[in-house]
Amino acid sequence: MRTNDVILQTVTKTVSFIILLFSVYLFFAGHHNPGGGFIGGLMTAGAIVLLYIAYDIETMKKVIPLDYKKMIALGLLIAVSTGIGSFLFHVPFLSHSFGYFYLPVLGKTELATAVLFDLGVYLTVVGVTMTIILSIGEDDE
Amino acid sequence: MKSLNVIEIAKIVVGILLVIGSLLSLLSTYGLLRLPDIYNRSHAATKAATLGIMSILVGAFIFFYFVDGLISAKLLLGIVFVFITAPVGGHLIARAAYRTQVPLWEKTIKDDLKRDDLKRDKRMTKKLKKAAENQ
Repeated sequence: MRTNDVILQTVTKTVSFIILLFSVYLFFAGHHNPGGGFIGGLMTAGAIVLLYIAYDIETMKKVIPLDYKKMIALGLLIAVSTGIGSFLFHVPFLSHSFGYFYLPVLGKTELATAVLFDLGVYLTVVGVTMTIILSIGEDDE
Repeated sequence: MKSLNVIEIAKIVVGILLVIGSLLSLLSTYGLLRLPDIYNRSHAATKAATLGIMSILVGAFIFFYFVDGLISAKLLLGIVFVFITAPVGGHLIARAAYRTQVPLWEKTIKDDLKRDDLKRDKRMTKKLKKAAENQ
């Protein structure tokens, strides 16, 4: 019996953008509000998993040609290098700082180096979740 | 009579919305317990619970807007999200149940999906037969 997933696929096209937007919001909200790299990464992975459920693995490999294992390595590299970067200013390992800057569109904005560490956490969480789910899902035997 | 200001009116509206929302959710749970088969149950669970959750969220949004003065975009996004996804979830569950031959209620008299499937199968076999004759 042939089935089609046109309702699921059409809704996924709309809803995955909402989830991705909300995950980016959670990632940047982490400094002053509930949120941060971990839950933002999990929610991004959730949006990608929804796309994988609505379509199949071969299609999604063409749409998102990313190696999630390399994403784990990149995230860990970013997190460690923000720690090592504090040695350049003769302060202890993982010392973070922040400052207020005037950006062209956003106006007065607080920029903290902890966001870079959070970016590392974010990439690692997305990579780990997608690696686990894809290595379970691809098992044919 | 004491005159009401905006906050008091908003609080009354919020109270009505919250009561409506929780009563609808209760009604949906009651339907889940009372209705005979999975299709009737998903009918109750999807529609009533969606409207119940949405009116509770609208009540929370109005409360935060008039009492605390903040516009919570997260609540608006949640309303839209529940409105989009809950019916699709109900559709997928009901379809998965139908495809795995979960029986309908014994007093069911009409099954249009089965009729459409039979029609399509007949059409496909006719097409295949014609293709075999042409070869």
